[in-house]
Amino acid sequence: MTELLVGTRKGLFVLEGEPGSAFAVSARAFAGEPVEYALRDPRSGRLLAAVTSPFYGPKVFSTDDPAGEWEQADGIALPEGGDAALERIWVLATGEAEGTVYAGGDPGVLFESRDGGATFELNRGLWEHPTRAKWQPGGGGMCLHSIVTWPGEPDRLAVAISAAGVWLTDDGGATWRQGNEGLVPRYLPEDTPEDDEIALCVHRIHRAPTRPERMFMQFHGGVYRSDDAGERWTDVAAGLPSDFGFPLAIDPADADSAYLIPLVADMDRVTPDGRVRVYETRDGGASWAPRGDGLPPEDAYLTVLREAFDWTGEGSGLELYFGATSGGVFGSGDAGASWFDVATHLPPVLSVAASGLRR
Amino acid sequence: MPRVCLREPLKRLAGNRSEHALEGGTVGELLQALEQRHPAASGWILDERGALRRHINVFVNGELGAQDTRVGGEDRVDVLPAISGGARP
Repeated sequence: MTELLVGTRKGLFVLEGEPGSAFAVSARAFAGEPVEYALRDPRSGRLLAAVTSPFYGPKVFSTDDPAGEWEQADGIALPEGGDAALERIWVLATGEAEGTVYAGGDPGVLFESRDGGATFELNRGLWEHPTRAKWQPGGGGMCLHSIVTWPGEPDRLAVAISAAGVWLTDDGGATWRQGNEGLVPRYLPEDTPEDDEIALCVHRIHRAPTRPERMFMQFHGGVYRSDDAGERWTDVAAGLPSDFGFPLAIDPADADSAYLIPLVADMDRVTPDGRVRVYETRDGGASWAPRGDGLPPEDAYLTVLREAFDWTGEGSGLELYFGATSGGVFGSGDAGASWFDVATHLPPVLSVAASGLRR
Repeated sequence: MPRVCLREPLKRLAGNRSEHALEGGTVGELLQALEQRHPAASGWILDERGALRRHINVFVNGELGAQDTRVGGEDRVDVLPAISGGARP
């Protein structure tokens, strides 16, 4: 049994099912509210959700029962009395250390919990970084949207901010440095000094757990691979119908694997040629192959957001799931070889988080 | 003493009471006093800057007010979500 936590503009939907046929909605929470992201902490079994009420602001909640009561986490706020307010929590991620949970949000902020998500603290190293005044927001705000841990090393972390690039820490977030060498922001003038290239619109990053130095990135016009833990990046977009898109997935068993869902371009953020296709590489980005068997083949102009593509399992048992802003969720139980409709009529999908359920 | 009147979900966060008699000379001071008395409501009406959230409206004796609207006596302050028509669905 697989569980999907689908964050939508109108609440959280918990879907359950087996790959190959439609999933059932087993619970809905935060009806009417935008749920940016939700995850199930595999260590505790507890669910966490980031909810941005248009009226009451961004909050994080947790529960053991998604259909029951949710408890609000403490500490999801910027320092009181400052000039800025927290706009939104974009993503949640479990850390390597026991009980650690991260939350990333707008304006380019990282929160850390050491008690499973009950209380959070703002990461001061990133918040007070001396370059922050030069950071620029992307179209969706200044979102910290990717939080990438290093297996077995809790102090090593990479985060990505749109549009302030990749940030790396080796000391648990006390200090941060940029990891942007090789990125080419085509949307900036060619003569922009390299020192000013802080407006780096990274859309999503992931790390290969079996070879943690290996990372993939979907950029705002560009697809990149890093083999040195995010210090330097190499363009691997050749062979894709477009190098623009948002989400990214990997097969955790194969450090040479990545999956993308290209969109036409930044000025036309829909699937190219009216066809929905996921692109897969198994050679580190040297080549890409379309995987569309079972996906809408024509007259389909979907937008898939950066947090709306996830996986569970690995190798031949890899399951992939993504959701579109038009309310459809699609899945594959065979590593992308074939696809099926998971759900067809949900509200606009903001995020998808997949996990295997033991029954 | 002026009263702050709440509906769900704010009422639930403020001890399940819809009416709160509070001390303060402005709407903002009343709301700060409310947060101090009911920490669970902290951050729901005012943000970290102490500013009224963008899509919250306050009405003083039935008229649209603002954070700096003066209050006193038996004034009644209703805190309501705004009608945010036209917002992206």
